[in-house]
Amino acid sequence: MTELKLPSLDYAALAPILIMLGVALLGVLVEAFVPRRLRHVVQLTLALLAVLAALTMVVLNADDRIITAGQALAVDGPTLFLQGAILVLAAMALLLIGDRSVERGGAFVAQAAVTAESADDRRQAEGRNGLTEIYPLTTFAIGGMLIFVAANDLLTMFIALEVFSLPLYLLCALARRRRLLSQEAAMKYFLLGAYASAFFLFGVALIYGFTAGIPGRVAGVDFATINAAVTESPASRVLLFAGMGLLAIGLLFKAAAAPFHVWTPDVYQGAPTPITGFMAACTKVAAFGALLRVFHVAFAGAAWDFTPVLGVVAVLTMLVGAVLAVTQTDIKRLLAYSSIANAGYLLVGVLSPGSEGLSGTMFYLVAYGFSVLAAFAVVTLVRDDDGEATHLSRWAGLGRRSPFFAGLFTFILLAFAGIPLTSGFTSKFAVFGPALDGGHAWLVIAGVLTSMVLAFPYLRVVVMMWLSEPGESTPTVTVPGGLTSAALMIGVLATLVLGIAPAPLLDLATGAADFVR
Amino acid sequence: MEETVQYAGATGLLGSVWLLVAIPLVSAAILLLLGRRADRWGHWLGVAAIGAAFVLGLASFFQLRGLENKSVELSLWDFIAVGDLRVDFGLLFDPLAAVFVLLITGVGFLIHLYAVEYMAHDGGRRRFFAYFNLFVAAMLLLVLGNNYVMLYFGWEGVGLASYLLISFWYGRPSAATAGKKAFLMNRVGDAGLAIGIFIMFATLGTTQYDEVFNGVGALTGATVLVLGLLLLLGAAGKSGQFPLQAWLPDAMEGPTPVSALIHAATMVTAGVYLIARSNPIFSANSTLQLVVVSVGALTLLMGCIIGAAKDDIKRVLAWSTVSQIGYMFLGVGLGGGAYALAIVHLLAHGFFKANMFLGAGSVMHGMKDQVDIRRFGGLSKHMKITWLTFMMGWLAIIGMFPFSGFFSKEPIIVAAFEREDWTAWLFGGAALLGAGLTAFYMTRLFVLTFHGPKRWTEDIEHPHESPALMTIPLVLLAIGSVGAGFLLSTSVPDWLTAAGGLGGEHAEHEAVLSHAVITTLSLLVTVLGAGLAWFLFRAGTATAPQPAGVLVTAARRNLYTDAVNEAVFEKPGIFLTRALVFLDNRGVDGLVNGLAAAVGGGSGRLRRLQTGFVRSYATSILAGALLVMAAFLAVQAGWLA
Repeated sequence: MTELKLPSLDYAALAPILIMLGVALLGVLVEAFVPRRLRHVVQLTLALLAVLAALTMVVLNADDRIITAGQALAVDGPTLFLQGAILVLAAMALLLIGDRSVERGGAFVAQAAVTAESADDRRQAEGRNGLTEIYPLTTFAIGGMLIFVAANDLLTMFIALEVFSLPLYLLCALARRRRLLSQEAAMKYFLLGAYASAFFLFGVALIYGFTAGIPGRVAGVDFATINAAVTESPASRVLLFAGMGLLAIGLLFKAAAAPFHVWTPDVYQGAPTPITGFMAACTKVAAFGALLRVFHVAFAGAAWDFTPVLGVVAVLTMLVGAVLAVTQTDIKRLLAYSSIANAGYLLVGVLSPGSEGLSGTMFYLVAYGFSVLAAFAVVTLVRDDDGEATHLSRWAGLGRRSPFFAGLFTFILLAFAGIPLTSGFTSKFAVFGPALDGGHAWLVIAGVLTSMVLAFPYLRVVVMMWLSEPGESTPTVTVPGGLTSAALMIGVLATLVLGIAPAPLLDLATGAADFVR
Repeated sequence: MEETVQYAGATGLLGSVWLLVAIPLVSAAILLLLGRRADRWGHWLGVAAIGAAFVLGLASFFQLRGLENKSVELSLWDFIAVGDLRVDFGLLFDPLAAVFVLLITGVGFLIHLYAVEYMAHDGGRRRFFAYFNLFVAAMLLLVLGNNYVMLYFGWEGVGLASYLLISFWYGRPSAATAGKKAFLMNRVGDAGLAIGIFIMFATLGTTQYDEVFNGVGALTGATVLVLGLLLLLGAAGKSGQFPLQAWLPDAMEGPTPVSALIHAATMVTAGVYLIARSNPIFSANSTLQLVVVSVGALTLLMGCIIGAAKDDIKRVLAWSTVSQIGYMFLGVGLGGGAYALAIVHLLAHGFFKANMFLGAGSVMHGMKDQVDIRRFGGLSKHMKITWLTFMMGWLAIIGMFPFSGFFSKEPIIVAAFEREDWTAWLFGGAALLGAGLTAFYMTRLFVLTFHGPKRWTEDIEHPHESPALMTIPLVLLAIGSVGAGFLLSTSVPDWLTAAGGLGGEHAEHEAVLSHAVITTLSLLVTVLGAGLAWFLFRAGTATAPQPAGVLVTAARRNLYTDAVNEAVFEKPGIFLTRALVFLDNRGVDGLVNGLAAAVGGGSGRLRRLQTGFVRSYATSILAGALLVMAAFLAVQAGWLA
C-alpha cells in the first residue's frame, strides 16, 4: 500500500483564494455572533477588506509562474491577471451590493422565506434592512471564481464552477422587489445551471476515458496529461472530441453563448440589479478565463480543429445578442442581450491562437466589466415608488430630468457601441486585430456587422433619453450615496481612460499572456 | 540641397512673442466667459489687450533690429506628432512678421479705441470686443506661425472671427446672409489652402516654412504649379480676389470698425501675406507668377469699375479694397523686389483705408446710419475733422503726390512696366488705367459726401461731428495716410530684404517706359480721373437710380459675377444636392430601412423563442448541444476542418 503523499502547497500563491474563502467562512460566523444592527457594516467592511487583501496578494504574486497543489492549480500570468480583474470588478460590485441609500434597506430582501406578493412580503419591502447573508455568499462566489480561472485540472474546475454557481443561484432569488420574478429567475438559473454542469461533468468523464486509452500513461484530467494525450495518442479521437464538445457546452453556458444563452435575459432581469452587474462582469471573466485555459492549454494540441465549430457559435452568439437586443423593451433585458453579443466578441478573441488573442480577450474582459457595472449602477438609480423603472418607455426624457446621469449612461452606451475614445472601441480593436491576423476575417466581419446592428438599440435609448419630452411617468434619478457613486464613477472613468490610454493595461495583459503548462 | 533658409533661436524679449497671441486671446476668453458681468468694463479690457500687444510688438521689433539673423524662431511645443507628420506649435518673428504685427496691433489699437465710442449704444458691445480680440489673436497667429499648419490655424481663426463679426447684427437677414456668404466663399479658398498643405506634406514631408522653402527646389515644375495655384486659391478667397471677390462687399453688413480692421486693413491682406511668405514657391515657377499677376490686374480693374457704379459709401470703399489688394497681388506676382513693394502698399493701404472706413463710420454716426452717398452732400461744413481726415485718405488712395499712396502704388506700376515681354504693356497699362479709375470713383465718393448741395433725408436736421474718442484715431490715421507712404517706401524694402528675407535681388529689367514717364503718366491719369469726377459731381447727383448704359448697368450688378456664380455654382449645386437627397431617400434609405425592417422582424420572431419556460430553454440547450456535438464529431471525422 502506497503511503498517501500530501502535495506541496505554495501558500503565498494560493493566498488570494484562501483569503476569500476564509473571509466567507468568517462571514458566516459574523451572521451568528454579531448583533443584527452591526452586521451590515461589519460584513461589507470584511468583504471589501478581503477583496483588497486578496488583490494585494495578487499584485505581490505578479511574477509567479507555477503549478501548485499537486497539478490542481496554476498560478501564472493569465490566472493572476484574471484574478486581479475579478477582484477589482467584484469590489465595484460589492459597493453596489452594499448600497443602502438608493433603496431604503438595500436592494435585497429582508426575509426571503415569506410568500411572494403576500402582506408579509409587502411589509418587508417597505424598508426593513436586507439580508446580510449576501456578503458571505458573494465572497464564496468570488473565491470560487478565483479558483475557476486558476484550475489546472478539470475536476478542480468543476468544483470551482459549483462553488461560485451555487451562491449565485441563491443571490438571484434575493431581490427585495418583484419577488416572484426574482425567485423564478433563480429557479431557472439553478435548473439550467445544473443541466449544464451535467454536460460539463460528462465531458470530463469522456476525456478521462480518452487519456486512459493510451498505453504506458497514467490517466488523468489535469491539463498536462490531456495535452500530452492529445498530441501523442494513437487512439481514436472520438472520445476526445465528444468530451471536448460537452465540456465546451458547460463553459459556454456560463459564458452565455448562443444557443446556451437562453437563461441570460430572464436571470439578468429577475436578479437584484447589483447581482446582475456582478454576474455580467465577474462571471464573464471567470467563464472566459476557464475557456481560454481549456483551449489554450489542454486542447492546444488538437491544432485548433474546433475553431470552425466555435466560430459558428461565436457568430450565432453575436447575431442572437444583437438582433434580439433590437426589440427589447426592458433595459435589463437589453443589457442582457448586449452581454450575450459581447460574449460573441470575446469568443472571437478566444479563437485567435497566440498570445495577442489571449491578451486582447483579457483586456476586453476588464474593459467590458467596468462598463457593464457602471451601466447597471445607473439602472439601480432610475426608479419610482415601485422600485427600479426598467421599462424603456419610462426612460423617455430622462436627459431633461437628470442630464448628469443620462450623460453618464449615454457615454456608457456609446462605449458599448464601440465609439472611439471609449474602452468599447479599444477593446473591440484588441480582439478583432489578432483575429484578423489569425486569418479569421469572417469572424471580424460578423463582429463589425453585428456591432452596427447593436448600435441601434443603444442609440435608441440615447435618443429616448435626450430627444423625448419627459412624460408623467418619467421617473427621477435618485441621487446615489457614496457607494454607488464610487462604483459608477470608477466604471465611467475606467471606460474613458481605457479608451484614451489603453496602453498600460494592454501592456500588462501582453506581459501576462503566457500559460504555464 | 543647400540650406538657404535658416532661422535663429529666440532669445531675450523675443522669447515672449507668444504673448502677442496669448494676450488678446485671454482677453477674448475673459470677455466671453464672464458674460454680462463684464459689460461695464469689458471694452476697456479689449482695448488694453491690443495696446499691450502693440507695445510688446514694438519692443520686439526694436529687439529684432539689433540682430544679425533677423529671422527668429520660437518652438513652443510639439503640436501634432502622428507617424511621419511632425508639426511644431512654433512662431517665427522675422521682418515680414514684424511689420504685420505692428500693422495689426497699431491700426488695431486705434480702431478698437474708435469702436469703444462707435459701439457705445449697442447692447452687444462686450461680445463685439470679445470677437474683435479673438480676431486680433488669430491674425497674429496667422502671421507669426512658423509653419503652414499654424498659418492655417490663424487663417481659420480670422475666418471665424470675420464670420461672427459680419453677422454681428444677426437679427438683420442681410447681415446673417452676408456672414454665410463670406463663410461659404472662404470655404472654397480654405479648401484650396488645406489641399496645398496636404500636398506639401505628401511631397516634402513637412509644413515648416524653412524646410518647405529649402525643399521646393527639388520638386517638379508641375507640383510647384499645382501647389502654388492651391495656395493662390486660398489667398484669393481670403483677400476677395477674382474669382472669389463677391463676399467682401457684402461683408460691409458688419459694424464699421469691423469693416475697417478686418475687411480693409488686415484680414483681407492675409492672402498677400500668404503669397509673400511663400515667395520661394511662387518665385520657382514663372507660370505661377503670371497667374498671380493676372488675377491681380483683373481684380484691380474689376474693383475700380464696380466701385464707380456703387452708391453705398461702405460698398464703394469695399470695392476699392478689392481693387487695392489687386495692386498688391500684382506686386507679389511680379516677384523679386516687387514683393517688398506690395507689402509697402499693403501697410500704407492699412492706414488710409482704415482712416476712410472710420471716416465713413463717423459720417454714418452723424447721419443716422445713412450709407447712401446720394443722400449726403455738404458735410464738410458740419464734420470738419471727419472731412479733413477723409480728405487725407482720399488723396492717399488716389496716389496724389506727396501722400502715401503715391509712394506705395506708383512703384508697383513701374514694376509692372518692367516685365520682360509684351505683358509689360498689358499689366502696366492695367495698373495705370486702374490708377485713373481709382481717382475717378474715389473723388466721386468724396465730392458726393462732403461737397455739393445737401441731399439729406428729412429726418436729419443738423449732422454732428463725432466725439473725441472717434476723431482722435481718425486724426492719427490721417497722419499715417499723409506720411506713411514715404517713410515706408524708403525703409521697408531694405528691412524686408535684409538677411535673406523677401525677394532678394531686384529683377533688373529695363522698363518699357522710363521711370519719369510712368510717374508723369500716373499723376496725369490721377488728376484727369479726379478732375472728371469733380466736374461731373460737384453739383451733386440725383437721389434716385438713373437709367444707364450697358457698362454702368453691368458695374451696378457687380459685372454679373454674382449672376455667374449663381448660374455656374449655385444652380448646379442645388440640383446636385436635390439629386443626392433623392438618391439618399430612395436608394440608401430604402436599403437601410429594408435592412432595419428585416432585423426588426427577425428580432420580433426570434423573441417568441424566448418563451419564459424552463422546459423550452432546456430543449433549446439540448438541441444546441446535439448540434455542437455533431459538429465536433464531424470535425473529428475530418468533414469540416
